[in-house]
Amino acid sequence: MPITCPFCGPRDQREFTIKGSAIALERPDSEEWSEAWNDYLHLRENPAGRTRELWQHTGGCSAWLVVERDTTTHEIYSVTLASEAAA
Amino acid sequence: MRLDGKGLVDRDTKLRFHFNGRAYEGLKGDTVASALLANGVKLMGRSFKYHRPRGVMTAGSEEPNALIQVGAGNAMLPNVRATVQEVYAGLETRSQNHVGPLDKDLLSVNDLLSPWLGAGFYYKTFMWPRAFWERVYEPTIRRAAGLGRMTREASPEESERAFAFCDVLVIGGGPAGLIAALTAAQSGADVILAEETAALGGRLLSDGEMVDGVPGDIWVAETVEALRETGRVRIMERTTVAGAYDGLTFSAVERVSAHLPHNPALPRECFWRIRAGQAVLAAGALERPIPFPNNDRPGVMLSSAIRTFLNRYGVTPGEKVSLFTTNDDAHQTAIELVDAGIDCTVIDTRPGVEAKGAYRVIAGAEVVNTKGRQALSEITYRTASGSYQLETDCLGVSGGWNPSVHLTCHMGARPVWNDQINAFIPAESAKPGLHVAGACNGLLTTWDAITSGAEAAEAALKALGRKVRRPTLPEADMTGGNGAPLHVVEAKGRIWLDFANDVTTKDVKQAATEGFQSVEHMKRYTTQGMAPDQGKSSNIAALAVLADATGRGIPETGTTTYRPPFTPVALATMGAGAQGKGFAPERFPTSHKAVTARGAPMIEAGLWYRPSYIPAPGETHWRQSCDREVNMVRNAVGVVDVSTLGKIEILGPDAGSFLDFLYTNTFSTLKPGRVRYGLMLREDGHVMDDGTTACLAENHYVMTTTTAFAGPVMNHMEFVAQALRPDLDVRFTSVTEQWAQFSVAGPKARDLLNGVLDAPIDDESFPFMQCGPARIHGIEGRLFRISFSGEHAYEVAVPAAYGDALYRDLVARAESLGGGAYGMEALNVLRLEKGFITHAEIHGRVTAFDIGMQAMMSKKKDFIGKAAATRPGLLDEGREQLVGLKPVGAVKELTAGAHLFEADADAVRTNNMGYVTSVGYSPTLGHFIGLGFLKAGRDRVGHHMKMVDALRGVTAEVEICDPVFFDPDGGRARG
Repeated sequence: MPITCPFCGPRDQREFTIKGSAIALERPDSEEWSEAWNDYLHLRENPAGRTRELWQHTGGCSAWLVVERDTTTHEIYSVTLASEAAA
Repeated sequence: MRLDGKGLVDRDTKLRFHFNGRAYEGLKGDTVASALLANGVKLMGRSFKYHRPRGVMTAGSEEPNALIQVGAGNAMLPNVRATVQEVYAGLETRSQNHVGPLDKDLLSVNDLLSPWLGAGFYYKTFMWPRAFWERVYEPTIRRAAGLGRMTREASPEESERAFAFCDVLVIGGGPAGLIAALTAAQSGADVILAEETAALGGRLLSDGEMVDGVPGDIWVAETVEALRETGRVRIMERTTVAGAYDGLTFSAVERVSAHLPHNPALPRECFWRIRAGQAVLAAGALERPIPFPNNDRPGVMLSSAIRTFLNRYGVTPGEKVSLFTTNDDAHQTAIELVDAGIDCTVIDTRPGVEAKGAYRVIAGAEVVNTKGRQALSEITYRTASGSYQLETDCLGVSGGWNPSVHLTCHMGARPVWNDQINAFIPAESAKPGLHVAGACNGLLTTWDAITSGAEAAEAALKALGRKVRRPTLPEADMTGGNGAPLHVVEAKGRIWLDFANDVTTKDVKQAATEGFQSVEHMKRYTTQGMAPDQGKSSNIAALAVLADATGRGIPETGTTTYRPPFTPVALATMGAGAQGKGFAPERFPTSHKAVTARGAPMIEAGLWYRPSYIPAPGETHWRQSCDREVNMVRNAVGVVDVSTLGKIEILGPDAGSFLDFLYTNTFSTLKPGRVRYGLMLREDGHVMDDGTTACLAENHYVMTTTTAFAGPVMNHMEFVAQALRPDLDVRFTSVTEQWAQFSVAGPKARDLLNGVLDAPIDDESFPFMQCGPARIHGIEGRLFRISFSGEHAYEVAVPAAYGDALYRDLVARAESLGGGAYGMEALNVLRLEKGFITHAEIHGRVTAFDIGMQAMMSKKKDFIGKAAATRPGLLDEGREQLVGLKPVGAVKELTAGAHLFEADADAVRTNNMGYVTSVGYSPTLGHFIGLGFLKAGRDRVGHHMKMVDALRGVTAEVEICDPVFFDPDGGRARG
């Protein structure tokens, strides 16, 4: 499953490390524990199909990426920089 | 028997090789199978279960019977197909799966027991008594099971791995593949052409047919020349494309030197990962046998294999050959046998079929039995008028052709049944980007192969956005290749389907009767298709039998799942380069040479190698060295390399705010020239890492991580900076390998340092937790006054190039002051005496509260893990908290990993109160000390408890102490 890094171009999947759902970008503002924090830390969808995930190009430029892909076909729809997705 | 004037082997290069200890002569270009047949050897192996004598059945990689061991000693490779292994001078081969000589296998007694050894025998028989499962049944079955033997050690013959890239990958070098490669290359694409056998040409080398008015092999040679002229084709012979994966990535195994005498300069095999822009699959088709009673005797083989042996290797497998067929294809074999002067009879299931040459045809007949214990001697055939015997030493069988759809199905697609050719063909767009051509798409004539090869290449080129330059297509045979219906001869006797695993039609029917009606269940119950050949020749016939037994059609019955690899791949090939030291890189600090020269044993810390201790002359036990090194640091001065700790340089206007967000405590208030200890949490509120961060100048920091967590902390920081706080203007990079950093610790540390610093320091100019630039012997470096030993200590850093020289100098100066180098054991004891934590304590399940650092969690700012760390459960007084431990009973030892119990409680799980994380003998205090976690431990200081290590059998009475055993006010580090 080659992933196209916005900086480095198409690279082998083994250059990348997955973190999990891109929900990790949506860190709650509150410094107090809350249901929102519980959801952010612990609750994840596990779809057979389209997902939005965070990957890091650990074997390359270290960029954190938001990868939209299908878990059943491994088709990749989009790869964007996490810094742009988060901003 | 070798035939004159036939075959593509090199008659002038004779090669001696061994089979079962006997020497034979082969020719260059022979496989072991063809060379043995040339020498009249027909018995090549024993079947898996019943140890039936077996001979070669095919001429290709789908061979189920002739599996051999190749090579000797630890270089031996089992289950190699004799039809694939090429002969070379000195080649050692052996047959497999027999006790005693091949022709007198003692385990052939199993064959007599076969009425009781059918499908499901193991499951039904080895049930009781339960105690026999592991002690009796398993060892016995394991000894009897398996074909080839394992070697004890890794093979000394190394393989390698490599990557390749191309615009168009063409899989298969037959007529379809050759034309596809030529079309792609002439259109300007970069092409890889992978061919499984030693030569391009496919069936054109096996079948005596004409292409473009010249013999097939001549046309192949001309086409290969045209391919080379394009300069765009990488021809990979002896390369099997084994798997198809996401994004048109393919795995392939190249047998680089498996056909040559051992040459240490060459890898045995190469495991390729090929990334293609588009791919053409021209894998061809495999002829299928016709199942009939006693169809497994040596001498019974595929009709097409006979043609291959004749035309490619110049060998006939028999002198009086019979053929059993449902279609025209075997008649081609008959014509060529007659042409080679071999007597031939064709038994054709179709009534009224006539001979196409000077051979005899028995039409409307089928073979119902065979004779010959170790080699075929006679067959019985049945016609409308009765049963007849025919003397023969080789029976070629032809039941039609099965397209090799495997690679189209590796991503989960299923093949579809085609009524015209009575076979499964790839589904339309089974794998996007993989264009199927030729016989593997069910197009069974040479002309169809050539035109579909060109079309597949055109489709690939269009997908790549390239203009197509189609080569002139040659004239070729438009006949033949008719699809024959599946045919099973029902008559008395065992009818073999899977030769490699000894599965008969009876087993498949029994599976259906017992309820294993799904093809996947039948497969697992009978082991049909689970041998090294994966049922390439037998699966379709087996599912026809299953379809019949369950009253379904073949399309409804379906196929089993096709999985990579296409042919067996040695694990050593897949894992090439990753054994031993290739498994993980080794990292050595700059002091490595100096400490190894002193005989220091190494301890692994992640990828780093660090010295356990540095033995002094006369020391015979590590504890002697460790105790001496600890005393040295406490009383004089010691030097240790701390370069392995992660060092991350952080710059930018928001560097301070970034650190505030990463650490629980505040760094933006840290003044240039000062160092602060920091604690980092994960977002779930547990401790991730700790270390010091120094402020070198305004907006310029250098962070220290633990050795183990340097990588994870760096990735975490990248995540925080890029994904959570892209608003912060900060840049950072790892400088771990750029700096050699040494800790100089002990009462005489400053005396030592002032000998190497260009500008001496004192307490006023360089107090505890001070940092700054320093010149060391004229080299620009950095100095930090920090301590992991509790002593007056510094860390001095120089560019890594000067590390070796500085380390040697520091150690020599320390020795002159009554100190010296110390290693990890002493470092560990020193930090234990001070109650400093490592990842033995912050192991991922502890909080700042647990280690007594909750006060370091700032209330004035947000930081990673803040919200989660305030969860009530993580601040519960009853949690396991960090404590010190010392033995107070008769047993003076502590062990890490032991558990803590009340003194009068049984040492069982439900009474568990805590555990020990680190221990060491403190020469300073004269007894063992330890750190551990204990429920409500901070309130239990002074209590006596029981420490039990069930693994090592140690029980000791311990006193719970404050974690800081030595110099609790820290005066020594400050003074």
